[in-house]
Amino acid sequence: METTVDIEWVLACHTDDVPVNGGACMKHGDEQIAIYNFSRRNEWYATQNLCPHKQQMVLSRGMIGSTGEDCTPKVACPFHKKTFSLLSGECLSGDEFQIKTYPVKVVDNKVYVGIA
Amino acid sequence: MSKPTIIVVGNGMVGYKFCERLVSKSSGFQIIVFGEESRRAYDRVHLSEYFNGKSADDLSMSSETWYADNGIQLYLDDPIQEINRSEKTIHSLKGLTLKYDYLVLATGSSAFVPDIPGIEKDGVFVYRTIDDLELIKAYAAQAKSGVVMGGGLLGLEAAKALIDLGIAETHVVEFAPRLMPRQIDSAGSAMLQSKLKQLGLNIHLNKSTSEIAGDHKIESLKFNDDTSLVVDMLVISAGIRPRDELAKLAGLHTGTRGGIVVNEKMQTSDESIFAIGECALYDGMIYGLVAPGYEMAEIVATYLIGGDKHFHGYDMSTKLKLIGVDVASFGDAFITEPDCRTIIFEDTHKGIYKRINISNDGKYLLGGILVGEAEAYNILLQTVNNRIILPPNPEDLILGSRGTEASEGAGVMSLPDDALICSCEAVSKVAICSAVNDGATSIDGIKKCTKAGTGCGGCVPLVKDLIAGTLKANGQYVKNVICEHFDYSRQELYDLVKINKVKNYDLVLDHFGKGDGCEVCKPAVASILSSLWNDVIVKQDTIQDSNDRYLANIQKGGTYSVVPRIPGGEITPDKLIVIGQVAKKYGLYTKITGGQRIDMFGAHLNDLPAIWEELIDAGFESGHAYGKALRTVKSCVGSTWCRFGLHDSVSFAIEVEDRYKGIRAPHKIKGGVSGCIRECAEAQSKDFGIIATEKGWNLYVCGNGGSKPQHAQLLATDIDKETCVKYLDRFLMFYIKTADPLTRTATWLNKMEGGMSYLKNVIVNDSLGINDQLEEEMQGLIDTYHCEWKEVVENPDLRKRFAHFVNAPEEKDPAVKFEPMRDQVKAKW
Repeated sequence: METTVDIEWVLACHTDDVPVNGGACMKHGDEQIAIYNFSRRNEWYATQNLCPHKQQMVLSRGMIGSTGEDCTPKVACPFHKKTFSLLSGECLSGDEFQIKTYPVKVVDNKVYVGIA
Repeated sequence: MSKPTIIVVGNGMVGYKFCERLVSKSSGFQIIVFGEESRRAYDRVHLSEYFNGKSADDLSMSSETWYADNGIQLYLDDPIQEINRSEKTIHSLKGLTLKYDYLVLATGSSAFVPDIPGIEKDGVFVYRTIDDLELIKAYAAQAKSGVVMGGGLLGLEAAKALIDLGIAETHVVEFAPRLMPRQIDSAGSAMLQSKLKQLGLNIHLNKSTSEIAGDHKIESLKFNDDTSLVVDMLVISAGIRPRDELAKLAGLHTGTRGGIVVNEKMQTSDESIFAIGECALYDGMIYGLVAPGYEMAEIVATYLIGGDKHFHGYDMSTKLKLIGVDVASFGDAFITEPDCRTIIFEDTHKGIYKRINISNDGKYLLGGILVGEAEAYNILLQTVNNRIILPPNPEDLILGSRGTEASEGAGVMSLPDDALICSCEAVSKVAICSAVNDGATSIDGIKKCTKAGTGCGGCVPLVKDLIAGTLKANGQYVKNVICEHFDYSRQELYDLVKINKVKNYDLVLDHFGKGDGCEVCKPAVASILSSLWNDVIVKQDTIQDSNDRYLANIQKGGTYSVVPRIPGGEITPDKLIVIGQVAKKYGLYTKITGGQRIDMFGAHLNDLPAIWEELIDAGFESGHAYGKALRTVKSCVGSTWCRFGLHDSVSFAIEVEDRYKGIRAPHKIKGGVSGCIRECAEAQSKDFGIIATEKGWNLYVCGNGGSKPQHAQLLATDIDKETCVKYLDRFLMFYIKTADPLTRTATWLNKMEGGMSYLKNVIVNDSLGINDQLEEEMQGLIDTYHCEWKEVVENPDLRKRFAHFVNAPEEKDPAVKFEPMRDQVKAKW
């Protein structure tokens, strides 16, 4: 059985508020969401800002990049360099961590994060 | 037109070598060889092996058919009797008269037999040919005691032969006061003598023989000092005499003490006649070793095919095993002070004597003597011949490194490519290494394809080391790449970025990499870009590690710490007050660091620009505590206050810290300056440490604290400030350019082939010829210094980056919490 979920598109910031090939943190109520401007690939991603490894609110300050043959986009936590897929949220450093990912759309240079 | 005829008189090792060299160069000659002995040329160097099982065939230089195969006519057992120079003919004992275009005299030498009464008696032999050996062997069967006259190289070889033949009691008598007077000094000779005595050889020095007594056959030797020695047989080995009688008869110039005079092309006074080997007298000297003889053969062969090679004397270094005792002498073995400095090691317990002579400036090895243990001979000889710069402690060459770390400086792989490994066959290191690479991985394979080791055999151990070293280098070659995105080492990438003048990460990735980069290559490239162009790093903030991105050190809970630069640990009361005020205002925890400065913890990301604005206003600069860059130069209080201080360590530390501040490197760099040997600044635990001496400063490098502490090593002694700074410029720049990412100087040095002696060579002796460049590049970095925080504070766009929430820039991270501790705060999370 399939269900549809309404996604609320929340305005986060302007495109030039997020550094190229880097991240920024968005406040949504009590939630902190990391937004990534992967300008090298012309792509945008969003994940939770909390690194599950040591519970630090820092993923938006991490370095992004890619790994493997299929160039999976990833972010590395600045604390201990745990890396996470920006597509699936899966931890790529061999640990049993999972982070939440969010859809992102850009309209008229405005960045929206989709929150379910 | 018929081929020119070359007649070779003499079929010894050198005569054979001449034929071999000539046929390998040209087939345009008719070669005719006359030999006096009935055997084809054989290996005279290893003659004594005839007694431990080698046959005459084993010793032969060539196969039975070699001469015929190469179109050479060989007449054995037929010595030449006469040369007719006007007719250009020779006449042999068996009656052959042949015409020559060129004549090569390779008549060698004979044993010198002194004119002593009784010399004709039975039981008196010389030690020169296989025939001599067979006579000795036959006679030795009923001899119980034997004596060798002559304590030189050949005499001791002969003594060994007697021992091998089972003579119960073997003596050596020598006219001179010591053994092997031509090769080793008296101390070495004394050591050799005691060693040989232990092995059962009886040695009599200062003995001049007056008579060989006995009825028909020898019964005893009588000496001038009225003593005598009862023996059954005598082998005379009192030196050699060049065989120049034929040349003399033909009217060629000969020396007063024998030898056919030749010029540097080995031409005698008749330009169609050459002389090579032990019969040739060049510049007043007879060369009684096989290697120079081969060189002479090569020169004549080259000349005949129209080439131009000259003889300029020859290195008479030699190593042999005499009755189980290694003896070697190399280079200038006898030079003494004040023309050199001498290092001597003597161990009478083990019977080892080693002497090396080094140049007065300590840079070069001039020569030396080894008795009892000569393993280092080849590498020492190479060190002399290639003028390799000596390590700081040259005694290590003969004692081995006595620290925990082995010095690899003298390794065979570090020899230059053109180092002559086999001097007999003139084979260079690169020739051997490439033969190994081409598949010749055994000593026999190398002998076959390069001929190295086929002459005197002295280089065989070195050839083995080269085979092993080359294989190892091949087998263990693992390409050291940065990450999956760059197929280069940091050093390679550094050079590529530099040569192509690429100034940002994306271009570096486009040009030299693949994919989208990662947390490994981004900071590595950032460091390279910084070290090359010294741009403001926040311009490319997202390729920096978090600390460099926000110019502060991220701490538990996601706050940052702030460390202003306090050069040399010196700070005014006013500046201390400012730090106190700022810390109080922003609620920061303060602590004195290990590097003599003050760290303020617990700063919100949003507060960083404001904090720095206040600090910069008070005259502070960034301390780069967040960067892979110079941290601090720790100092003791030095001569300005300390009653022990020799020099002003604080001023020097400040000067050095200011010089290198902000420069990005593969890892952090720490320094220290101590004003005296008490070393209160702990400079020897730093990447560079400077310690005052009576005469100047000692410079230490590559120390490390951390989990694997390592003491810094001495790079230079008693240097002045200017030299010290110059060496530091070179050292740091060399490190910046060549180290792998996140490699401290200590690890960098540990991985460096050749270790400290290599590094010293580069920095002090400019062995790579790059020091001007290194100094220039360092000056470029120093000239482009800027305080990164000042740039940020003054730039609103850059300041904007220091917000936690992009959509609520004024709000601080609510996840950050503190709790009190000892009147300050600590992070709660």
